Amino acid sequence: MYWRNGLCVVSAYVILESPMTTSPLASSGHRPADVAKSTLHRQPNLPRNRWNAVFTVLAGVFAAIVVLPLLLVLAYVVIKGGSSMSLKLLTDLPPAPGMTGGGIGNAILGTLIVSLIAALIAIPIGVGGGIYLAEYSKSGPFASFVRFGTNVLAGVPSIICGVFVYGLIVATRIFFDQSYSAMAGGIALAVLMLPTIIKTTDEGLKLVPQELRWGAIGVGASKFVTITRITLPTAMKPIATGIVLSIARAAGETAPLIFTALFSPFWPEGLFNPIASMSVLIYNFAIMPYDVQIALAWATSFVLVMMILIMNIFARYLGSLNRI
Amino acid sequence: MNTSMNPSSRPQSTNHNPETCLSLQNVSISYGNGKNVAVNNVFMEIPKGKVTAFIGPSGCGKSTVLRALNRMNDLIEGCGLKGRVLFDGQDLYDKRVDPVEVRRRIGMVFQKPNPFPKSIYENIAFGARINGYQGDMDELVESSLRKAALWDEAKDKLKESGFSLSGGQQQRLCIARTIAVEPEVILMDEPCSALDPISTLKIEETMHELKKTFTIVIVTHNMQQATRVSDLTGFFNVTDLVDYEGKVGCLEEFGETERIFNSPAQQATQDYVSGRFG
Ligand SMILES: Nc1ncnc2c1ncn2[C@@H]1O[C@H](COP(=O)(O)OP(=O)(O)OP(=O)(O)O)[C@@H](O)[C@H]1O
Ligand SMILES: [Mg+2]
Repeated sequence: MYWRNGLCVVSAYVILESPMTTSPLASSGHRPADVAKSTLHRQPNLPRNRWNAVFTVLAGVFAAIVVLPLLLVLAYVVIKGGSSMSLKLLTDLPPAPGMTGGGIGNAILGTLIVSLIAALIAIPIGVGGGIYLAEYSKSGPFASFVRFGTNVLAGVPSIICGVFVYGLIVATRIFFDQSYSAMAGGIALAVLMLPTIIKTTDEGLKLVPQELRWGAIGVGASKFVTITRITLPTAMKPIATGIVLSIARAAGETAPLIFTALFSPFWPEGLFNPIASMSVLIYNFAIMPYDVQIALAWATSFVLVMMILIMNIFARYLGSLNRI
Repeated sequence: MNTSMNPSSRPQSTNHNPETCLSLQNVSISYGNGKNVAVNNVFMEIPKGKVTAFIGPSGCGKSTVLRALNRMNDLIEGCGLKGRVLFDGQDLYDKRVDPVEVRRRIGMVFQKPNPFPKSIYENIAFGARINGYQGDMDELVESSLRKAALWDEAKDKLKESGFSLSGGQQQRLCIARTIAVEPEVILMDEPCSALDPISTLKIEETMHELKKTFTIVIVTHNMQQATRVSDLTGFFNVTDLVDYEGKVGCLEEFGETERIFNSPAQQATQDYVSGRFG
């Protein structure tokens, strides 16, 4: 090991030192005593400074590669879908196969409805579970089991959530003898959102300083009042951010909705009927042999990406809010 | 005092000295489900309407005993208490006692200022409101801030965040917040440890004002402060127990501040108050 390290250093040294022969400093070694004494100025040719430059550039390149897919996806979707934007597109029903015109109004409304159902289910349960973990559980086996379960649930592929809700609700026709329904879709998305909400609530509450709880309890607040009036409001920022991000993530899911909400070419007919959604519309239309439908799929992609982008920006805004 | 509270609901125990506010009878407190004994065999009678100071070296259990007086230790997992703590003759650790009610009657100011992330006004109104205060809130906020010697500095920014105050002002805000609940006893754990001498003096003046209406128990590392504010002083120390490995806190000596500082009965007390300790 030792000699290999040595070799490595030596070879690196050679590479770095060789172009320096033109420099007057090179002849007296990598750090001449007279220079070190005489000047405090930065010496760009020193090995450490060269390595610094190399790694700065390298890190910058990797950072650029990280955001590249985002920029490409955005640009591609904007070019392909943004051009056909119009009010009619946002408000009309999709055309029948072979026809022209039409829009994606029902899918936009459907995505909003299904996400709303999911949020209404997942937020109370998730925040409640997070409160239990952070404030009530005494680090016992049950709490660690719930935390472990939350982590596992976060890693479950979304299609499994869809199949699970399909088996639980759709196949059993539990709601008024209806099979596919907006409600089933909302429940599937809620299952996907739960782990994020539980985790951000749990972690947000744990960041609240213990002294704050003591202060409230010291003036005679009960545990309930302490949590609802002091601890939760203090942790509102991370919790709200987590909720918005989880909704943004769920709103774009396709697989769970194919199994639960299915699709509908019409306006939503109720919570217990199949409902259109943007992601399933893209899935259905993109593979149709009609140009109109394919163009609609691109337009939908544009709307969906914009919606998710706006929600992420909104989450950042929530995160930057300063509480009094 | 606070009209919303209901004193008639406490059962009275027999042979109770009406001058005594809090009475500790053979109190031992341990952490870690009894594994680590923090303080052992404390006997103490804390009188009403007086300032009682706890002094002693670090780690001898002053804060632990103080927290036992309003059941703050309940919040620490694995903390247990043996013996009896009587408040107005009533056992605080009786099964039927509601700790929330205890803390309304025995308020606490902590070592680190911990204002709520609310406005200065709301910081004070919060405790009063949850305790069912019905009167004029503006008046209560003003009188509490006045008693805590903060009114002049805060009257123009009541709507601003409690965090906009300096550390010393925050601590006085915490005192005002405790006063606003109108407890019978105020416990203070090193309330001036993070403050400059001027804020410290202001808080000490506040205490002189407060002891007309409240019983005060204060933990301090500052001998001069103990002599300036307190009527009685308890000196805590750490000792080795015969059948226990490790140091355990105990109450070495308790009496009039005057006597503890000028003619203590114990050599350890003498060494500690004269600064020849350890
Ligand atoms: N939350 C806790 N969990 C476990 N042990 C604790 C806890 N708080 C205090 N102890 C232990 O109890 C003993 C007494 O601590 P305590 O905080 O009461 O000392 P103190 O006299 O207030 O010291 P100081 O003057 O430094 O504040 C110490 O040995 C400490 O380790
Ligand atoms: Mg302490």
